[in-house]
Amino acid sequence: MISLKSDREIEIMRRANVIVAEVLKELRERVAPGVTTLELDALAEELTLKKHAVPAFKGYNVAGRIYPCCLCASINDEIVHGIPSKRALREGDIIGLDYGVIYEGYYGDSAITVGVGRVNEEARRLMDVTEQSLYKGIEQLYDGKRLGDLGFAVQRLAESAGFSVVRAFVGHGIGKKLHEEPPVPNYGEPDRGLRLKEGMVLAIEPMVNAGSYEVEIKEDGWTAVTKDGSLAAHFEHSVAITKNGPYILSRL
Amino acid sequence: MTAYSAEFSTPKEDAIEVTGTVLETLPNAMFRVKLENGHKVLAHISGKMRMHYIKILPGDKVKIELSPYDLARGRIIFRER
Repeated sequence: MISLKSDREIEIMRRANVIVAEVLKELRERVAPGVTTLELDALAEELTLKKHAVPAFKGYNVAGRIYPCCLCASINDEIVHGIPSKRALREGDIIGLDYGVIYEGYYGDSAITVGVGRVNEEARRLMDVTEQSLYKGIEQLYDGKRLGDLGFAVQRLAESAGFSVVRAFVGHGIGKKLHEEPPVPNYGEPDRGLRLKEGMVLAIEPMVNAGSYEVEIKEDGWTAVTKDGSLAAHFEHSVAITKNGPYILSRL
Repeated sequence: MTAYSAEFSTPKEDAIEVTGTVLETLPNAMFRVKLENGHKVLAHISGKMRMHYIKILPGDKVKIELSPYDLARGRIIFRER
């Protein structure tokens, strides 16, 4: 069942997502060579509690597996769900920071990918294209449009740049639960799939690989890496569909 | 945090994988399958296989995931040639 949110619910979700965006902004400033992802995780938790919200990912249960941390930190060929560790960031790495909170019973969820120090041209371009593809997708979020329009817009931009779009993971509805109906793929055909309606809130999150779209899951059961070892980038916004079109909840 | 795509579903939690032979086809894409250990189970075809129109006939060897909750039912995940 897809839940439609009232204006009041969307305003609460806006606040939840603003907290996520503020935390991500601080994390972005903290990213530097030598910093470990566990330090970023601790910072995210501290900031969140200070803002009277609760980290959403810690203890999150997917098919019986419990996510151990607050933040997903995915470095270089790691696409998503990288578990924070003592691994220190190095100049030239790119790191995906995916974060979520619960505020007054509602979830906020957003992600960015940032470079550590100076990154090479290819990595820069991958991050730019992925972020642009996110906004291309968001532009489709009008009442009456369909999920395929969104997937197509994201896929076309990413593939025309010579990259590929990950299929194994998808965006999702969001609200009182982190993952709600419907699944939101980042690929598709125009005018196909579910029809969008005012009141839906969706987490749009393209994952773009520099090489092939195939993924592998590491032994930890979470970390998804590109099968060919190529770089991957990931951007995400939670977006409400209003009568005036998309309302990006997680943008400051 | 991204959700897992249903099409690329990782094996269902705790499912038991076994092989067997299809005995008869039933309505609604269900099949009676005889397992190597002699048990007969009712199995349906996985959504991904249905999407790709993989046909299953009596006599085919198939790979099945058994639900740990009801060992008399399963999910066909692969048809061997």
